[in-house]
Amino acid sequence: MDVLYFAWVRERIGIPKERVDSSAATVMDLVNELRAREDRYAAAFEDVSALRVAIDQELADFDAPLDGVREVAFFPPMTGG
Amino acid sequence: MRIAVQTAPFDLGDEAARFASAQSHSGAVVTFTGVVRDVSGGLQAMEIEHYPGMTERALTDIAQQAMDRWSLEDALVIHRHGTLTVGEQIMMVATAARHRKDAFEAAEFLMDYLKSRAPFWKREVTGDGEAWVAARDEDEDALKRW
Repeated sequence: MDVLYFAWVRERIGIPKERVDSSAATVMDLVNELRAREDRYAAAFEDVSALRVAIDQELADFDAPLDGVREVAFFPPMTGG
Repeated sequence: MRIAVQTAPFDLGDEAARFASAQSHSGAVVTFTGVVRDVSGGLQAMEIEHYPGMTERALTDIAQQAMDRWSLEDALVIHRHGTLTVGEQIMMVATAARHRKDAFEAAEFLMDYLKSRAPFWKREVTGDGEAWVAARDEDEDALKRW
């Protein structure tokens, strides 16, 4: 699947987008896989209560399943308007 | 219903006039415009990042909810991204309804949802550096009234 990062999540991880081969069952499982990779991921995902997630471009919860998902995005709370 | 996500500036007067004149059953048109403000002094630029694809979907979904809930004749959302300076217009919404109460309420609903549910992130650039604008609890709380 494609994993996208925005705002300070993108800055901490250092890339806007990457292809991730994962068998993670849920968003939280994916977060834990990413955390274990490198310090920059651990730093970005230190406090998931400060993050939001979208699955295939729709807001979702961290316990949402990833079966069949093409795109997951992580970002801070939105500041539009 | 029209949704526009763009870097280019828009002409508030032209957009409002065109929107109002396109309506035939509405006695009320409300517009709201958000402008870059310099809260603490020294703001050099406001950078707005967004999530291409999801942004248009989220704005369309929010506008459609407003259309349905208040039986609007029409709704317009324009939201800019990229680098803006103080005084520039960031975004506007317009709503058209038979009566003003619905037009006002629908515009407020659009604004409340745009703030917290449309994937935009603002960053302020000052002489001291750059800082992401934090989401405010009040903005999240504002959704509860709907």
